[in-house]
Parts: sequence; structure tokens; C-alpha cells
Amino acid sequence: MFAYTIRRLFMLIPVLIGMSILVFSIIYLIPGNPAQIILGQRATVEAIAQVEQQLGLDQPWYIQYFDYVGGLLQGDLGTSIKTKVPISNEIYPYLAATIELTVVAIIIAIVIGVNAGIVSAWLHNSWFDYIAMIFALIGVSMPIFWLGLMEQYIFSVQLEWLPSTGRYDASTVITPITHLYLVDTLLQGNMAHFWDVSKHLILPGLALATIPMAIIARITRSSMLEVMRSDFIRTARAKGLNSFWVVYKHSLKNAVIPVLTVIGLQTGLLLGGAILTETIFGWPGIGRYIYDAINYRDYPVIQSGILLVATIFVMINLIVDLLYAAIDPRITYN
Amino acid sequence: MAPSSSAKVNDIPVVKERASSPWRDAWRNFSKNKVAIMGLVIVVFFILLAILAPVIMPYDYAKTNLLDRLQGPSAEHWLGTDDFGRDILSRIIYGARISLWVGFSCVIGSVIVGCTLGILAGYYGKWVDIVISRIFDILLAFPSILLAIAIVAILGPDLQNALIAIAVINVPNFGRLIRSKVLSVKEEEYITAAKSVGMNDFRILFRHILPNSMTPIIVQGTLAIATAIIEVAALSFLGLGAQSPDVDWGKMLADSKQYLVQAPWTMIFPGLAIMLTVLGFNLMGDGLRDALDPKMKQ
Repeated sequence: MFAYTIRRLFMLIPVLIGMSILVFSIIYLIPGNPAQIILGQRATVEAIAQVEQQLGLDQPWYIQYFDYVGGLLQGDLGTSIKTKVPISNEIYPYLAATIELTVVAIIIAIVIGVNAGIVSAWLHNSWFDYIAMIFALIGVSMPIFWLGLMEQYIFSVQLEWLPSTGRYDASTVITPITHLYLVDTLLQGNMAHFWDVSKHLILPGLALATIPMAIIARITRSSMLEVMRSDFIRTARAKGLNSFWVVYKHSLKNAVIPVLTVIGLQTGLLLGGAILTETIFGWPGIGRYIYDAINYRDYPVIQSGILLVATIFVMINLIVDLLYAAIDPRITYN
Repeated sequence: MAPSSSAKVNDIPVVKERASSPWRDAWRNFSKNKVAIMGLVIVVFFILLAILAPVIMPYDYAKTNLLDRLQGPSAEHWLGTDDFGRDILSRIIYGARISLWVGFSCVIGSVIVGCTLGILAGYYGKWVDIVISRIFDILLAFPSILLAIAIVAILGPDLQNALIAIAVINVPNFGRLIRSKVLSVKEEEYITAAKSVGMNDFRILFRHILPNSMTPIIVQGTLAIATAIIEVAALSFLGLGAQSPDVDWGKMLADSKQYLVQAPWTMIFPGLAIMLTVLGFNLMGDGLRDALDPKMKQ
């Protein structure tokens, strides 16, 4: 296991180098002069020269690349052209907002998806099974940006139950500690603010959770069906264990691997989906940060934002890979 | 003895069986699957809508009429009108052209590039495989829509570039799929036989290995069209795909955002169109998988 972990970490190196090259190249692949494109047609020669110097465009590309990677290794993500602030100083609150939203979404997806899948398998070919699987099928076919708009229309405009945008009410004042506002409000013991933040999380969280939830439900159901037909489950039943215990303890344990794989794969979908969800719900996360940067042609922010999200994605996949062995003793790595 | 036995043989009624072929078997399995047939019907419906768009559109999809702006569904405008008074039904019908064209061409592009790279990696192995597989790993290291956004940010926002972006992000999926298939097919005896009679690599790759690796590509391709339609709509929704006066379902949704309270129909119907089309391709893809490759059946 230890050797596998080390080997897996080494395998990450070429991927991370490739990612940095790809992201670094963004600015060189723009047709025309990047500084001119950033500043627009009316930019003066001095202004263009200044941006070129800021971005290091006056150096040969290989020096720029090594400068870039050297900076990255020291935590320097470049400077935003729009705000003129180092990206590493301003990116954290956006990242925290995305992490909060994504974690809530994955929890919703796992809790509802896994349980719907288990009950569907348990009550195989029942009405519950059919309805759950129809919902799951619609869920995977639903564009989340449309689902987000529909949620806003139904729950915010028509029913007025839940807020449609932002992380908290304009009247609420939250002093950020971790920038994860659910945690911050709890740390401050302010339940009114905690409830306010939770209410704002429901609609975007649900929109973002839908696709992974549907996929998790389908996979859980099919792997549970397979496990429930196996001999050891029949033995457990024959020994007189009640159905609930058989399903939740014995079967679920064995169905967890395929579910874990899906969860790992869905993280990419969640992180990508966060951009769309954040745009609809005015959620000040990293997706929104990158999206605004595209409109402003703030290339350093685009580069660092994308690299950061991709790195998180790669790390999560690594953790999921390593978890396999920890959870399932049948998997060995040689 | 001989005449009587031949007479007996002749007496046996000959059961005329239609020649069985893998494709015919697959169709027989597919056509028994009601859900898959429903998917096929939905897909054919939208394809017909796209082909016949100029004939069946009740109004010109681009014709503005400010007197009729933001009208709800009525006898004149079945699905209502948008903020420029344009007929939403006509725009959805015409939008089917762009969405389907984009879905198909993205996937065809990624299949061609992905298969070529995957076949080379799988067949030649060694450094060719290492280089190509690492490129796939790097592309897969990015959340797909994020990579697409990055590509459009480089190339500039328009439908053509959105299409290229979505095609690129799907390349590694097809590449890996065909690579693993080639790895197993190339060990088959008929490939060894082809090599031993001196057949050249090109012919072996494209006449023997590729056709024998097509099943997963067809299944994955159908499902990928569904994803591509959503992804292009997502780019258009973010303002990075179709630009006016192009009409694309994602762009229609983006335009409807600010009229959510006044005119929800501008948002409901384009979204339904996307969902139905994607559902159709998903159902069809699942059915194809079960029909073509029973081992993959879930």
C-alpha cells in the first residue's frame, strides 16, 4: 500500500507538469498580441508595454515558463489585471465559497442517491423502484443551468420560500473566520445567521447535486442488486437476519466500491458544474471568479483559477484511488 | 439403403432461417427494449424537426415584433414570444438544427481524433503509447467544462469555437476506450495471421482492428452526443457559445434569465427541449449498450 501510494504520487508529477504547461500556454495561444487583447484596441503603446512587462511577455517563453512554475511552487499565482491584487491574496474567499457549495452538494447527492439506490434495489420492480429510476434518468438528462432557473422560478418567485441569489441576506453581517459561512456562523454561535446561510445554500446545492445524485442512485441500485443475489446474502437471510440489517450492513459494505468510484468521478462534474450554478445563483465562488475574469480578459486569473480547480480535482481522484484499498481488503496493489 | 435414407432426408422440412449477423441480433435485442425504442423515437422526432425546420416553423425565427413582446402561450404563439416578440416555438424548432448539428459534429470530431490517437497508442505501444496516454491523462485532469471554457477563452467566444472545445474535451474518452480495445484485439489470432501474410500496419489497423473495436465507440458516441448537447448549451448559456443572431437553446435560456418573473415560458420551453433531446440520446445509448454488448448490461 505504501509503495503504491508513493508510485501513485510519482505518476502525478508528469500530469501536474502537463497541466502547468497547458495553463501557461493559454496566454500564448490567444491569436494576436495578448497585451493588446487584454487592454483593447485603444490601448497606448506604453500601457501595452507595461502589461507585457507585468506578464513577463518580454522574456523568452522558456524563461517565462520556469518563472511561472517557480512562482507557483512558492504560492505565487500571479497578479490580477482587474484588481491589481496578487491572486493568492484574493482567491481564498472564492475558493471557500465553492468548497462550501460543493461539499453540501456532494452530501445531498450521497445521502439521497445512495438511499434511493438501496431502497430501489430492496424493493426491486416496485413502484418506488420505477419512480426513483425515472427521476434518476431525468436527473442525468437535465441541464443544471435550466434546473437552477426552474428552482428560482418555483421556490423564489412563485412560492417565495427560499432566497434566489447570494450566500446570505444583505442585512446579515457575518465576520469571516474560515470563509465557510456555515462553519463561521456556528463558531460564532449565531443560529439565526446559520439558518440564513443554510437557506441560501439549499437551491444551488440541490441544483449542483442533481446529476451526481441520479448517477449515484443508478449505480448503487445496480451494484446492490448484484450483491443481494450473492451467496453470502442468501446465507445471512437463511440465518434469520432481518431484511433491514442484511441490506444496510452486509450489502452496502460490498456495494461501496463502485459507488466510491462514481463519487470520485463526479467531483470533476461538480467542480465544473459549480461554474454554471454560481453564475445562476450569484454565488461568489471560484467558478464565478473565473467567469468574470473571462469577460474582463483577466488572463492571469483565468490561468490560476483553472489550474487550482484542476489540481484539486486531481488530488481528490488520488485520494479516492487510495481509499479503495483502505475500504476493500480484496484490492491489493502490487 | 441409400435411396431410402436420402428420401428420409428430403422429407425433413427445411426451416428457412434468416442469416444471423451480429448487427441483426443487436437490432433484434434493441427493438425488444421498449425504453430504448422510446429514446429512438424522441431522437428521430428532433432530427425531423431540425431537417424540416424551414417548412414547419410557424413564423420566421428571427422576425422581431415589439408589439408582441413577452406574450404568454396562445393560439397564435403556442409557446409564447420572447423579449423581441419572436415566436418561441419557431426558435426552438430552428434551434434543434444548431443543437443537433453541434452535438453530432463534436462527437464525430472527437471520435476521429480520439480513435486515431487511441489506435496508434494501443497498436504501437512503447513511447507512442506513453506520449499519447500522458496527453489523455493531462486533458482528463481538468474538469471537462472548465477545460472547454479555457479553450473558448483562448479562441474567442463563438459557436464554432465552442464546438471545437467540446470536441477536444471528449477526445481522451474515445482515445482511452479504443486503446484498451485495441490492446485486446491485437492479440487475436486473425491479427497474427494478417501480420504473418505480410499485411501492412495501415491495413491491419483500419481494416481489421478498427471495425472490431467499434462496438464501445458506437455506444459511447451516442451517450456523448447527449453530453455534448448539454455542454454546448452550457457554453452558450455562459455567453461563450452561440452569439446573436444564431439561435441555440442554451442562448435562449441565457436570454430568458432576466424575464424569469414576467415571462417564465421563455425559460421553460427551451430547457424542456434540451432535456428531452438529451433524454432521447441517453435512452438510446443505454439500449444500444445492452443490445451490442450484453456484458456491459447493468
